[in-house]
Amino acid sequence: MLNYFRDIGLGIVTVLKSMGVAWRHLFTPSVTLQYPTQKWTMPERSRSKLFNKIEDCIGCGQCARVCPTNCITIQTEKRGKEEPEIFASDGTAIKLRTYVYDIDMTLCCYCALCTFGCPTHCLFMTGEYEYAVYDKVCHIYPFATEKQMISKTPKQQPAEKA
Amino acid sequence: MESIARLLQLIPKYSELPEFLRALIPVVVSCVVVFALLALAVLFLVWMERKVSAHIQDRLGPMYVGGWHGWAQTLADALKLLLKEDIVPASVDRTLFKMAPFIVFLGAFAAYVVLPFGATSFVADLNIGILYIVAVGSLSVIGIIMAGWASNNKYSLYGGMRAAAQIISYEIPSAMAIMTVIIPVGSLSMVDIVNAQKGGIQNWFILRNPFTFLGFIVYFIASLAEVNRTPFDIPEAESELVAGYHTEYSGMRFAFFFLAEYANMFLVAGVATTLFLGGWTQVIPGSFIAPQLLPGPIVFFLKALLIIFVQMWLRWSLPRLRVDQLMYLSWKVLLPISFVLVLGVGCLAVYW
Amino acid sequence: MEVDYSGDVMTLNMGPQHPSTHGVLRLELKTDGEIVADAIPHIGYLHRCFEKLAENIDYPGIIPFTDRMDYCAAMNMELGYVLAVEKLMGIQINNRVRCIRIIMAELNRIASHLIAAGTYGNDIGSFTPFLWCFRDRETILDLFEETCGARLLYNYNWIGGLMYDVKPGFEKKVIDFIDYFEPQVGNLNKLLSDNYIFVKRTAAVGILSPEVAINYGVTGPNLRGSGVKFDVRKDEPYLGYEEFDFDVPVGKGDYGPVGSCWDRYIVRIREVKESCKIIRQAVAKLTPGDVHESIPKRVKPPVGEVYMRTEAPRGELGYYIVSEGGVKPHRLKVKSPCFTVMSAFREVSRGSMIADVIAILGSFDIVLGEIDR
Repeated sequence: MLNYFRDIGLGIVTVLKSMGVAWRHLFTPSVTLQYPTQKWTMPERSRSKLFNKIEDCIGCGQCARVCPTNCITIQTEKRGKEEPEIFASDGTAIKLRTYVYDIDMTLCCYCALCTFGCPTHCLFMTGEYEYAVYDKVCHIYPFATEKQMISKTPKQQPAEKA
Repeated sequence: MESIARLLQLIPKYSELPEFLRALIPVVVSCVVVFALLALAVLFLVWMERKVSAHIQDRLGPMYVGGWHGWAQTLADALKLLLKEDIVPASVDRTLFKMAPFIVFLGAFAAYVVLPFGATSFVADLNIGILYIVAVGSLSVIGIIMAGWASNNKYSLYGGMRAAAQIISYEIPSAMAIMTVIIPVGSLSMVDIVNAQKGGIQNWFILRNPFTFLGFIVYFIASLAEVNRTPFDIPEAESELVAGYHTEYSGMRFAFFFLAEYANMFLVAGVATTLFLGGWTQVIPGSFIAPQLLPGPIVFFLKALLIIFVQMWLRWSLPRLRVDQLMYLSWKVLLPISFVLVLGVGCLAVYW
Repeated sequence: MEVDYSGDVMTLNMGPQHPSTHGVLRLELKTDGEIVADAIPHIGYLHRCFEKLAENIDYPGIIPFTDRMDYCAAMNMELGYVLAVEKLMGIQINNRVRCIRIIMAELNRIASHLIAAGTYGNDIGSFTPFLWCFRDRETILDLFEETCGARLLYNYNWIGGLMYDVKPGFEKKVIDFIDYFEPQVGNLNKLLSDNYIFVKRTAAVGILSPEVAINYGVTGPNLRGSGVKFDVRKDEPYLGYEEFDFDVPVGKGDYGPVGSCWDRYIVRIREVKESCKIIRQAVAKLTPGDVHESIPKRVKPPVGEVYMRTEAPRGELGYYIVSEGGVKPHRLKVKSPCFTVMSAFREVSRGSMIADVIAILGSFDIVLGEIDR
């Protein structure tokens, strides 16, 4: 009998306590952001979409080798001897022409292991997170420029290789 | 209804209409008016629920649709639900499945007929008004069981069974709590009950004596269970039964369940207002706020909103009971208390 | 509880799509009315071949995959793996790496326990604690994002070091968060833990007695909820946890028998406070140093095998690695804490009610990514 009344009493008291805590939160300012109009400032180390500064890329393939999900496809060929020497911005000589540099962002697991292996630091992750597309194919990002795709020596063209 | 009939007199040549039409038109018009106002009130309540829950949870809730604090959000949602495909699963009992939401809806709205919003604004003043509300209010159980059975889904069946057990159990304490008001008034008419509380806050039944105060608490708890609100929302417990009896419903039929839930909420709040909070009567008689500025229906709505706010507040701060604990609360706690209350009120009525 | 199961038995298929099976778990419930005669868990819906996959990836490349096992506590997951490989290769780490790892692991333990408490409130029917918990967890995730760029799957602990050093001002932010967070636990207790409805729902439900728990190999907060004082951080310290002053909270059965759902829940809440204590000490011990100092150029462990166990938020996490001297492990086996507790589920839930099955499942705090791997 005593337990019965104790149960009722405890029930009422704790319910009122819970309601009190909830009441106080009615008047605390909200912690959410109104997303499409307000946006977060992404921290500089933020890891989202991959980006390759292709002018600096020496085509070494370190990134493709270290990637656990094999989302980077690189195809290179030796640059001809008659072509002018070019250098990456940190002074490394670019000896290979990268005519395919594709990143499949649907496969990427955002581990950033590739960016640490890059010797010229041309591959990095940006803070861009809004890149939804309607077709999965659009998530394969080609970075090789058209200039790099056209080879001076026609027999080394990728179409003829195949 | 009388006021509407009087308004209709202003229409030219109205008195030349046949007798039966003159009797019918005021009824239809007043029903449509009450229905339209309630649909608006329900839309408002859904929006309010979202806002209350959001602010308790440190969020903001809907903010875009319609401009000011997302006031048109529920309107947009209702339109979306109406436009959705009407899916009837292959193996359901089609007739019952299609009928169920309307029965629930009917049960919720039929009770409004006797609810007095103001001194003259009510559809009908039945001499058994409160009895009618208790009777019609439990009509929704049939609809819920129909929905649960016809859906041919085990979760729906569980939800329907739980709802039946729960609503019928809680009818008893709520009816007993209503008795604490009926005994001193001596009438079942809702208008008489409100008239008995005229003359300011000290005459309201919630403050009249401790028995009616406790009667209000018992009625409030029992009515929470009757409209399946947390902490008694076990028929649609989303973490156990997915969505209970309306698991298989979508589109407009789901919207009807949803509307009925909020209409029921407003109904129990309205009944509690009428019985215990003095209905449309002013808080302070002849107060500094002129009665013309704050007419009866608005006072009524404000009082009902206060009760609904407490319902929402409870919902967003309490966990859910288990089935057996729910039954324990009804049969072993609320029912004995309400018996004692009725006894106490009876003694007061005889010996005071 | 003695129940006569002679009535008609209905099979209720709970999951794999169900709001409160915490992922893609399927429970086959044999129900008689509201009473559950038997609850048979079926797992494997989230199997991603982690162990086989690991045999084909080099050692550093496995770390992102360990993140995806227990995605609520990715720091702890990768910490266990990294420590195992370091043990195999005999790498010594410096004090800064050690302290940052402890801070990160304990912050993630808080985040993980917050998810556990929040979703448990949601299972019991109270939705508000869920969002309050996520609000506080958000601050932790912001700290992680600032440090390593990711919010959930960090790849932060590397073999022999860390991905990045923490940013300047990180220590202050952590201490500020702890100062803010510790009173919030009291709020949560008022709203949920001590609420009588919650207590009634959980206190006499799902009793996991110490004997049964030990027989099934249950570890972590679930075992401590049964009153057994076992914590790998205390009993087999790694990362120098022995230098830190903290208690191991155990379930005392405040509102009923020991080992109930409420005990398991409250152990997590109390552990959060202990984690706060550890973080304060770890921040004080933080010394300058280079976090990349002992990262090996090429991870090629010698021939051998190693077993490393750590205390993840959900219990004892073990990595067993067999190396044949190559750049890829020959075999990698994970001892998952959630899997062991899931095996005890059938015994605990037998004879309870449908609502209790949800309460028990929630109190075990399973993550299906780790059970199925």
